[in-house]
Amino acid sequence: MREASKDRLKAFLTLLPSMILMAIFVYGFIGNTIWTSMTDWGGSGSLALNPEKHFVGLDNYVELFTGFLGGGFRQDLVNAVYYSIMLLAGAIGLGMFIAILLDQKPKGEDVLRTIFLYPMSLSFIVSGTIWRWLLAPQGGVNVLPTYLGMEPLNFEWLSSTAAILEFNWQNLFSILLYVASFLLIMTGLFVFRKDGSRAVKRWLGPGIVLGAGTWLFGGLLPEALFMEEMHGFNMATLGIIMATIWQYSGYTMALYLAGFNGISQDLRDAAMLDGASDAGYYRHVAIPMLKPITISAVIILSHISLKMFDLIFAMTGPDNAETGHPALNMYLTTFRANDFAVGAAIAIVLFLVAATFIVPYLIGQYRQRRRG
Amino acid sequence: MKRTTTGSILLYGTLAVLSLFFLMPAYMAAVTALKLPAEISLPSAWELPSVFNWSSFSQAIQLLKPNFINSVILTLCATAGSTVLGSLNGYVFSKWKFPGSEIVFTLFLFGMFIPYQVILIPLFQTLRAMNLYGGLPGLILAHIVYGLPITSLIFRNFYAQIPTALIESARLDGAGFFSIYLRIVFPLSIPGFVVTSLWQFTQIWNEFLWGICLTRHADNPITVGLAQLAGGQAVSWNLPMAGSIMAAVPVLCIYIFLGRYFIRGLLAGSVKE
Repeated sequence: MREASKDRLKAFLTLLPSMILMAIFVYGFIGNTIWTSMTDWGGSGSLALNPEKHFVGLDNYVELFTGFLGGGFRQDLVNAVYYSIMLLAGAIGLGMFIAILLDQKPKGEDVLRTIFLYPMSLSFIVSGTIWRWLLAPQGGVNVLPTYLGMEPLNFEWLSSTAAILEFNWQNLFSILLYVASFLLIMTGLFVFRKDGSRAVKRWLGPGIVLGAGTWLFGGLLPEALFMEEMHGFNMATLGIIMATIWQYSGYTMALYLAGFNGISQDLRDAAMLDGASDAGYYRHVAIPMLKPITISAVIILSHISLKMFDLIFAMTGPDNAETGHPALNMYLTTFRANDFAVGAAIAIVLFLVAATFIVPYLIGQYRQRRRG
Repeated sequence: MKRTTTGSILLYGTLAVLSLFFLMPAYMAAVTALKLPAEISLPSAWELPSVFNWSSFSQAIQLLKPNFINSVILTLCATAGSTVLGSLNGYVFSKWKFPGSEIVFTLFLFGMFIPYQVILIPLFQTLRAMNLYGGLPGLILAHIVYGLPITSLIFRNFYAQIPTALIESARLDGAGFFSIYLRIVFPLSIPGFVVTSLWQFTQIWNEFLWGICLTRHADNPITVGLAQLAGGQAVSWNLPMAGSIMAAVPVLCIYIFLGRYFIRGLLAGSVKE
């Protein structure tokens, strides 16, 4: 038994260096960035080895969300939200669609899979460079219709200044409440069939009350800004979204294809015997069974869309305000403008957004492992 | 054919359209790289070159060669380091669990999902304090450390397939922690090493944020070199396209020739167990 405990000690000591590295490089660094975001570190002398810093509390955050200079950041944040939603919908939808097509076992399936997945192996810088050329005005994608005898498009993929789905940042608080109410109602409708009364009590009821309350009394909420500031979905980001979907739908395709192959043929035959059509089989049997895969895909794609930096850098360069993203803004603020404290605050905002869905996911995985 | 013909026409038609969409950028890059600079114009971007002009490639190779070499050194060192450490960690996480090891593992995984912007400033500061800022060793260190979550995860899942009874009987025969690893686990983990190395190779080769923030000009990896090559306004498009192809070739080769392992790495990276 003494030998065994010696081995246990060896095992622990083997892991120890990695544990220390992770503790410092992940958790220590995150703590350090939080601290930095609460100082005024920036400007001249900020690159000195021991720069002068003063504690300023949450000032940097207040400035980003409500200050005069934070307008660019707010537009970037709105871009990131729209961008994430479009990327999730596009990459998961298209990936799932291709996986269903390939699940019909067409001839040349291997070649097709290779074609759909190769973008995934490329660097964002490589694909960004190529897509920038493809989306050039009066060229690339825009002239494609002429080969079918149609008029060329003249869409300004990366430089359009038009925006849709605009909202006023002043009303930020009521918008957030509407979003919360919408999410509650959607969750309620989702679980309604499983447990009706609980769904009404826990989700639907509070959601409707919150929504109605905001509609009636929203005017009483404080305004986030002293002036009107419109933000919306920038049409210029469409090109970037298209390139990201091109690059990542192969990935979701691979995930779903692996999932479809894991479903036993017996189950499929049984569904067919029960009179399910092909569409019915996917709609009611296969896709619901692959819910864990969908969750993984959502987590990974949101993570990718949040740290999106390289692709935008390569496609529109760092200085195009229309297609900005907080991840790019953070780099520019920190390493071009040497405004380390503000850069850290932007990084923390990104981190908090990421953590809100990654932490529950990891906790769920952990529980599963303990049970399994 | 079992299926109805309209169904299969629809299936193959859709697949053909989708394939064209996915191949479009590759075609564009190849065609543009092979054109003479004077021949490149927006309206005729899709047309084949009248003569194949290979000089774009020699020019791109000349310009990006130092970056390419940096990337090779960086990728090989960081892949080797993170893979070996990940293998040892995975061995402990799956076969030598201790109280709290699952929590430690979950805390490791979190490191995989953070947006790297959140650790960028202290990383930059730390490397500067360690005199590692600006060169390849600092970048290698960063890639090894932040590669640990994914490599430990892949190896942990891989070692879960090795029966614990095998380890137990080796222990009864008197084998210890390291001799079990060297004699039993390591020889069985060659496919695990292939999957993990390919994944890490691709990730590190394609990385850009640390490359641009943590290295000086002389030590820039290929992605940074390409971004600078493509960022200039006066450059004609054949050069960045040739550069893109050059930066893509190593990972594309891996993908085409070892695709099976590449996909396994891809699936292993999705945390599903």
